[in-house]
Amino acid sequence: MVPAGHYLVLSAILFAIGVVGVLTRKNAIIVFMSIEIMLNAANLTFVTFASAMGDLGGQVAVLLVIAVAAAEAAVGLAIIVAMFRHRETVNVESFNVMHG
Amino acid sequence: MADLLWLVPALPLAGVALNGFFGRRLGKRAVAWIGPGVVGLAFGVSVAAFAALTRLPPDARALHQTLYTWIAAGDFRAPVALLVDPLSVTLMLVVTGVGFLIHLYSVGYMHDEDRRGFARYFTYLNLFTFAMLLLVMADNFLLLFVGWEGVGLCSYLLIGFWFSDMANAAAGKKAFIVNRIGDFGFLIGIFLIFGSFGSVTFADVLPAAASTLTLGGPLAFWTCLFLFVGATGKSAQIPLYVWLPDAMAGPTPVSALIHAATMVTAGVYMIARAHALYVLAPGALAIVASIGAATALYAATIGLVQTDIKKVLAYSTISQLGYMFLAVGVAAFGAGIFHLVTHAFFKALLFLGAGSVIHALHGEQDMRRMGGLRRHLPVTYWTMLAATLAIAGIPPLAGFFSKDAILGAAWNAGHPGLWAVGWVTAGLTALYMFRLFFLTFHGEFRGPAEARHGLHESPPSMAVPLVVLAVLATVGGWIGVPAVVGDALGGLPDAFEGWLAPVFADVARGTPAHAAPAAEVGLMIASIAVATVGILMAWVLYARDPELRERLARRFHAAYQILLHKYWVDEIYEFLVVRPYDALSTFAWRVIDDGLIDGLGVRGAGALVRFGSGVASRWETGYVQNYLVVFFLGVLAVLAYLVIG
Repeated sequence: MVPAGHYLVLSAILFAIGVVGVLTRKNAIIVFMSIEIMLNAANLTFVTFASAMGDLGGQVAVLLVIAVAAAEAAVGLAIIVAMFRHRETVNVESFNVMHG
Repeated sequence: MADLLWLVPALPLAGVALNGFFGRRLGKRAVAWIGPGVVGLAFGVSVAAFAALTRLPPDARALHQTLYTWIAAGDFRAPVALLVDPLSVTLMLVVTGVGFLIHLYSVGYMHDEDRRGFARYFTYLNLFTFAMLLLVMADNFLLLFVGWEGVGLCSYLLIGFWFSDMANAAAGKKAFIVNRIGDFGFLIGIFLIFGSFGSVTFADVLPAAASTLTLGGPLAFWTCLFLFVGATGKSAQIPLYVWLPDAMAGPTPVSALIHAATMVTAGVYMIARAHALYVLAPGALAIVASIGAATALYAATIGLVQTDIKKVLAYSTISQLGYMFLAVGVAAFGAGIFHLVTHAFFKALLFLGAGSVIHALHGEQDMRRMGGLRRHLPVTYWTMLAATLAIAGIPPLAGFFSKDAILGAAWNAGHPGLWAVGWVTAGLTALYMFRLFFLTFHGEFRGPAEARHGLHESPPSMAVPLVVLAVLATVGGWIGVPAVVGDALGGLPDAFEGWLAPVFADVARGTPAHAAPAAEVGLMIASIAVATVGILMAWVLYARDPELRERLARRFHAAYQILLHKYWVDEIYEFLVVRPYDALSTFAWRVIDDGLIDGLGVRGAGALVRFGSGVASRWETGYVQNYLVVFFLGVLAVLAYLVIG
């Protein structure tokens, strides 16, 4: 039996990778994938605590997150496709029309 | 009667409303009836008030009507209330009586104005009459000040009546601004009165003056001096007289009404009204008398060489006002008011006569292009002769008695110096007035030939007021025949002095009213002599031997130039007052207003916001990832707080 702490550390590492990816990468698809990594890091935390505490509520939450993530992936990818059609690029640095 | 006092100022005010709002549509005929008509009615009510006063015992001669409480703040009360006593009814009769004649005269004089200008003219003239009546009928200093400002406003409006000429507009502004300087002093005087007495009502202030202020104390002195500053502005005394000669830019009847007969005498009335304060301030009285005497002599010398007929009369007015201040300055308030009344008669007549001349010559005012008008304007000639003799002080015309009363009072009060100045001025007055008279009416016509054919006597509406005023200027002095003459004529009383006696009763006590009869007769003979000499000199210089005056002008070139340029006082004021003030205003405009307030303040605030938002907007890069970094750091900070804190 792997102790819960290991899962949690893995989850934290995944989450940090996701954060760094979101904050630093320029390609919108990579950013998007990093968000997915963060969501899954959160899912891992949920199931870890669910199993450690014997509470099914955590697993229910994970199913919910997966459903939302699927919807979010559909919308997010559609936005990226629209962005690409508009600018011929998915580099997030070329989308700064809101600058002051 | 007291209930009807409000009619006196209300009637001219009704004229203002009618002429002002409907005058253009009513047409010139209706305006010509309304304008003089309301003043004539006001004169009728004033006569009724006068008659009502005469029926009262002398000590109780006062009518009072409170219309409403204008200001009530704490203990302070400023009612709109009218007071009619022998002093104010005298002024009311002058204002409405002489005013009515001048209104009537204006109908003829302003005949060439279009409907619009005609209605505007009579609106202003009625408004002036209203304000002047408010001034003399007010029962407190504050309401008096309202009238005081009102007449100043009308003076401004009427000087600049033909405002399309910039010079007229500038003259109006000058009059208004110089008057404002005086008014500022007057206001301070009213504040001081309120500070001392806690009230501005005559009935509260004047009887309590002796018990509240100390005789010769600084408070009495400064109060009186500041009030007098107001009087120097309104009544054109040194140093604020400079506006009056320029005020001749207005229509001539305006000069007669406002700048000779009534408004400019407001200062004399005010001092006479506040005499209870002035007798407590001998220092201030001495200043009043000295300024009056100095102004009388000074203006008379300038009047000697002016060539514009109205300018001569303007300086003459300043000089005669100086006499009035000399009178009140030696505490001869009755004599000052007496001269005010007779002066109103003969000076209004002189101005109206000059207006008749100007009218006949189609606007010509330069006496060098007049002459020989005696044959063409007989009515004007004879009435002007009466007025000129009156102002010169030839008995038995009006000016003799009032001027003699003033000179006698100066002598009796122990001021032979002031008397001497007044005496010399009397000679100068005769000289410059007969200079005007001879230059205008005698000799040969010196104007262009074509102007000669247009010469005509004025229409009846102008001639009748001239005749009435000529009668008044002739017999008007008989109401104040001095005792020494009256006794010789079989006990003729000094009616005027007796009439005003209740008002000035507190002054008369303890001062010798008259010198020995011998001295008085001597003073009288001296006045007549100096006036005769003045007339003879004028005759020699301006009627008999024109060569001589050319030689004199060359001989005394420097003196002549000084007088011709009016002592360069306008230029000195320009240099000492107007320019520095202009520079200060320009500084305030360019540096303080444009630089500090607009530049640093308004535009500075804008620039600061702009700069600040410029800096702040750098944060808004538009890169979502930058926002996320901040968001992430924020989350970390919150977490750190939750974990550590």
